[in-house]
Amino acid sequence: MASGMNFPHAELTPNAEQATDHGAAELAQRSVRVRASDVSVFYGAKQALFDVSVDIPDRAVTAFIGPSGCGKSTFLRCINRMNDTIEGARVGGKIELDGEDIYDPSLDVVELRARVGMVFQKPNPFPKSIFENVAYGPRIHGLIRTKAEAEEVVVSSLRKAGLFNEVKDRLHEPGTGLSGGQQQRLCIARAIAVGPEVILMDEPCSALDPIATAIIEELIDELRENYTIIIVTHSMQQAARVSQKTAFFHLGNLVEEGPTDKIFTNPEDKRTQDYITGRFG
Amino acid sequence: MNTLIITALILAFLGIAYQTGSSRSRALAGTSGRRLHSRPSYHGSAIAIWTLVPLLLLLGAWALLDSYVIRTFITWYLPESLVAEGGNALRASIARVEALATGYGVVGEVQEFERTAAQAVGRFQTTAFLIVVAAATTLAALGLFYARKRITPQFRARNEVEGAVRILLLACSVVAILTTFGIVASLLTEAMRFFSFVNPLDFFFGTVWNPRFSTTGAGGGGEYGLIPLLWGTIQITIIAILTAVPIGLMAAVYLSQYAKPRVRSVVKPLIEVLAGIPTIVYGFFALVTVGPFLASFGDAIGVDIRATSALTAGIVMGVMIIPFISSLSDDIIRQVPTAMRDGSLGLGATKSETIRRVILPAALPGIVGAILLAVSRAIGETMIVVLAAGNSPVLRFNPFEPTSTITVSIVNQLTGDSDFAGPQSLVAFALGLTLFVLTLVLNVGALYIVRRFREQYD
Repeated sequence: MASGMNFPHAELTPNAEQATDHGAAELAQRSVRVRASDVSVFYGAKQALFDVSVDIPDRAVTAFIGPSGCGKSTFLRCINRMNDTIEGARVGGKIELDGEDIYDPSLDVVELRARVGMVFQKPNPFPKSIFENVAYGPRIHGLIRTKAEAEEVVVSSLRKAGLFNEVKDRLHEPGTGLSGGQQQRLCIARAIAVGPEVILMDEPCSALDPIATAIIEELIDELRENYTIIIVTHSMQQAARVSQKTAFFHLGNLVEEGPTDKIFTNPEDKRTQDYITGRFG
Repeated sequence: MNTLIITALILAFLGIAYQTGSSRSRALAGTSGRRLHSRPSYHGSAIAIWTLVPLLLLLGAWALLDSYVIRTFITWYLPESLVAEGGNALRASIARVEALATGYGVVGEVQEFERTAAQAVGRFQTTAFLIVVAAATTLAALGLFYARKRITPQFRARNEVEGAVRILLLACSVVAILTTFGIVASLLTEAMRFFSFVNPLDFFFGTVWNPRFSTTGAGGGGEYGLIPLLWGTIQITIIAILTAVPIGLMAAVYLSQYAKPRVRSVVKPLIEVLAGIPTIVYGFFALVTVGPFLASFGDAIGVDIRATSALTAGIVMGVMIIPFISSLSDDIIRQVPTAMRDGSLGLGATKSETIRRVILPAALPGIVGAILLAVSRAIGETMIVVLAAGNSPVLRFNPFEPTSTITVSIVNQLTGDSDFAGPQSLVAFALGLTLFVLTLVLNVGALYIVRRFREQYD
C-alpha cells in the first residue's frame, strides 16, 4: 500500500474491496466507542436533526452519507460539541464517549475536543509555520515542554499523516504555502498531535483533486488501526472505499445504518436504495 | 442674473442636444432599417457631451481670466503716476473702482477718474458678458451639429460615452491628488521663505522654542527649535496610544468574538459616538473634568500632577481615538476566517487561547494598520492639546508637567495680528510641513501594512 503513489486509483480499488469484504466480520468484534441516543438538534426554532441513535464502532471508519442539508455534518459536529460555537444551536438527547455523557455539565469541552479531534471540509491551516501548526494543539494542552519533545511530537504526527517526507526540509515555512492535499494532511497531523481517540472528518476531500483525495483515503485506511474515524462524505464511492460502517441520513433523520457492504449491496429502506443508485441527491 | 442666464443656457443645450441625439438615431434606424449599434440614450448622451464640454470649457476659462482682464482694463483709466508706482496704492485704487462699478459705494470722496473708470468697467463687463455668451452658444451649436452629423446606425456612441465617463472619473481623482500637491507646494514655498530667516539646522535640531512677538523687531530675535514641540507631540501621542490601544483592542475582541449580535448592534454605534464628539468638547472635558481629577488623584498618592499636562491631554486624546482602533480592529478580526477559529477550537483550545494565539496573530498586520491610522489622527489633533496640555513649549521629560505640540504652536503663531512677512508667522508653514511629512509617513506605513494583510488568505 505504501508503493504506487503514481497511480493511487489503480491501487485503491482492491484495497477498498478488501476493507468492505471484511467489514461485517470486523465490525462484530469491535466495541462501541461513541453511542448516540435520540439526538436532536435545533437551530433556533428550526429542527435540523430528529432523534438520531447510532453506535460508532471502535477503531473502524464510519461514514455518514446523504444528500446536502440532511443533517450529517450537524450530527458530526455534535460529537465534539462544535455546535456550541454556533449561536442559537441546541442539542437534545444523549451522546456517550466510552460510556461518558459528553453533554454532562461537569464535562470539560476542552478535554472532550482533545479526545475527539476534527478535520474540516476546507483545509484550514493556521497562518503559522508547518511546525507551529502541528505543535499548536500539544502546546495548549501542556503536552510538550521542551523543544526536543515538540520536535518529536511534530515529526511523529507528520509521519502518521504521511506528510513528513514531503515537508521535512521546510518545517519552518508557512503551512498556507502547501498544496490543498498537503494542507489537509497537515490538518490531520495537527489533529493527531493532540493524541485523540476519535477523529471526525467533515467532507475532508471535497476541496481536493482526485489524486490528493486518493492519498487522503489511503491515509484514513491506515489511521483506523489506531483511531476511531467518522467521516462525512458526499461521495458514495468514497464511503464504499474507506468505511466499514455506513449511516444514511435524509432530511434530518437517520434512515438506515449498518455494515458498509450491506448498505451498498442490500439496503433495507427504499430511500437508501434510491440514494445509492443515484435517483436523488 | 448672469448665473441665471448661464444656467438656463446650459440646461437648454443639454435638453436640445440629448433630444436631437436620441430622436435622430431613432429616425435613422427607422429609415435605414438597420439595427443601432448603441441605444438612442447613448447617442443622446454623446451629443450632449460634444455640446456641453466646449461650452463649459469656455465659461470656465472666462471665469479664470475674468478678474485679470478687468483689472488690466481698469489700469488704462487710472493716472499714469499711480500705475507706475504700483504696490498697495494701485491695488487699493483698483478695488475702489471695482466697488464703484458694482454699485457698492466707497469710503471718502470719489475722484473724477475713478467715476469714469467705474462707468467704463460697467459697460465693459456687460459687453464682455454678451460676447462670452454668444461665443459659448456658437461653440455649443458647432459641437451639436458636428456630433449630429456623425450619427449613423453603426456609430459607437456607447463606447464614446463610456470613454467620457472614464475621463470624468479620472479627472475627479486628479483633482484630489492635485489638491494634495497644491497644499504641499504652498507649504514648501512658505517654509522656504521661513528658512531664509532661520537656518534649517537651528529649526530641526534647536531645543529652545521662543518665537517672541513680531513687535519686538521685524524678522529679529526669537528661537525656533522644533525639538520641544516634536517631543511634546510624541509624548502626548504615546500617552494617547497607551490609553487607546488596550481599551480599543479589547473592546474589538469583545465585539467580534464575545458579544451577541444584539449587544453588538447597540454597543458598536455607542462606541462610535465617541468619534463624533467635536474635539473642542473633548478639550474642555479635559480642562474641566479630567485635569482636576488627575491633579487630586496625584495629590492623594503623593505625586505632583498638574491639571493641564501632557498626561491630561494624552488620556483624553486616547479616549477620542478609541473608536478608530476598536471599529477598525473589529472589522479586521471579523475578517479572519471562521475556519481558522473552528480549527483551533476543534483542537480543544479555549476561546481566549484561540483569540490570543490564532485570531489576533492572524489579524495583527491589520490591527497595526488601524493603530497607525489612529496615531496619525492623534498627531494632527489640536483642540484637546490647546486646552489641556498647558501650552508650555519647553523641553521636559516629565509627563505630569505642561507641554505643547506642533499643532498648538501653529495655532499660536497664526492667531492674532500676523502679516506673513516675518519668521514669527512663517514658522507655522515649516511646522505644518513637518507635521504633514510625519503623518504621511505613518499613513503610507499603515496602508502598506494593511495591503500586505489582505494577501494573507487569498
